[in-house]
Amino acid sequence: MTSDSGGTGTPMIRMAGVDKHFGELHVLRDIDLEVAPGQVVVVLGPSGSGKSTLCRTINRLEPVDNGVIEVDGKALPAEGKDLAKLRADVGMVFQSFNLFAHKTILENVTLAPIKVRRTGKADAEKRALELLERVGIANQRDKYPAQLSGGQQQRAAIARALAMRPKVMLFDEPTSALDPEMVNEVLDVMTGLAKEGMTMLVVTHEMGFARRAANRVIFMSDGEIVEDSTPDDFFSNPTSDRAKDFLGKILTH
Amino acid sequence: MGVIVEQFPLYVQGFLQTVRICILAAVGSLILGTILAAFRVSPVPPLRAVGAAWVTVFRNTPLAVVLFAVAFGLPELGINGSYFWFGVAGLTLYTAAFVCEAVRSGINSVSAGQAEAARAMGLTFSQSLSLIVLPQAFRTVVPPLGSVIIAMIKNSAIVGAFGVGGDLFAVGVQLTSAQGYAAAGVLTGVLLGYLILTIPAGIVLARLERKLAVAR
Ligand SMILES: Nc1ncnc2c1ncn2[C@@H]1O[C@H](COP(=O)(O)OP(=O)(O)OP(=O)(O)O)[C@@H](O)[C@H]1O
Ligand SMILES: [Mg+2]
Repeated sequence: MTSDSGGTGTPMIRMAGVDKHFGELHVLRDIDLEVAPGQVVVVLGPSGSGKSTLCRTINRLEPVDNGVIEVDGKALPAEGKDLAKLRADVGMVFQSFNLFAHKTILENVTLAPIKVRRTGKADAEKRALELLERVGIANQRDKYPAQLSGGQQQRAAIARALAMRPKVMLFDEPTSALDPEMVNEVLDVMTGLAKEGMTMLVVTHEMGFARRAANRVIFMSDGEIVEDSTPDDFFSNPTSDRAKDFLGKILTH
Repeated sequence: MGVIVEQFPLYVQGFLQTVRICILAAVGSLILGTILAAFRVSPVPPLRAVGAAWVTVFRNTPLAVVLFAVAFGLPELGINGSYFWFGVAGLTLYTAAFVCEAVRSGINSVSAGQAEAARAMGLTFSQSLSLIVLPQAFRTVVPPLGSVIIAMIKNSAIVGAFGVGGDLFAVGVQLTSAQGYAAAGVLTGVLLGYLILTIPAGIVLARLERKLAVAR
């Protein structure tokens, strides 16, 4: 793991004074957040607290009303070619996988390297197979997404994101749509990535993953970052009432 | 009915003229309509406005009025051409509005997550539309597009009535009013001509639809 907790150097993600409304609803309130390279941050919070929105503002899938967002020291450009370029460096994994339904697994993984990075087809396929091997589904390469289990689809989606050699990976509840027996196969891949030093921001309800793989836990409530601490601290002595309440509900399950 | 046999070459000529008009207008309106649909879903407000305005204008104007406007309006703007090309242009502009709406509904049927994943990976708007969204949209769009094209084939008769010489409908008019054949016989021939176009078009579309439903 590289620099662990902020310190000097350019943060991989920097958000300062970020505000976002959906109509009347104030979903992100004055968010300040810095994620150092190599850091693994788990974002927790009740439903509707703005976790997904936070995640999606980082690659500008959701534009914000106010504030600064930088990825690796570069401010997010407006919609257009420059933004596309920046997004290519930010991997995103969705709750609902969102694999391209009309493409095979291999094509899913090679598409962006070929179309965005202009990698040659042979090179892209070689790299794709390595990644599919790594997430354990190389034998599914010629199938279509709908033919795979949820866990396999999500692993393919992770391989697809990694194929772009991203600087940072965003995960929005990557295991929430999975049957329980498939959760671990996905978390194992993510834990491996974390160990290798990938910068990650992970929205999840998997407390085991947070304890095992995260350097840092952020707790959100009503669009605010209410707590920001290490997993141990957060789980053993949450300071805010809202976090205590949340943990009480989650841990009694 | 004897008229069909007696005037067979004229019918064939008219039929081929109708086929020419329909092929040109179908190709033109499919391309133009798809571009307009892309406008309508684009992130650029002026393009969206152009797409929306086009649909509003052409979907709510009778085809005869569109043809009139093209045939008399374009020359006033200094654009000259034959009535054949004006007819094709009018039919294309008009049909493109319906193609646009069919394609747009197909685009909307593709889950938003598909385009989002594409954008998140760094594909530009046009890449995500052409590589990810449209190929999936066209599957659901085949049946409504089929109806649009069949309606267009029937509408080509209005182009004929408007003075494009020699299409199937014009042949019918000529044979009844100028050459005095009985209307029933003449129209049977005209009708057969259109059915030869529309019924196979329907069959091809049904086939295509089944094939796309099976293919992943
Ligand atoms: N596109 C949108 N338009 C309007 N409101 C939205 C939109 N997306 C989210 N919201 C609202 O913003 C709030 C925050 O949503 P968000 O999805 O970020 O929450 P979340 O913390 O991810 O919740 P969950 O745990 O349920 O995924 C919610 O109240 C939600 O209803
Ligand atoms: Mg969410």
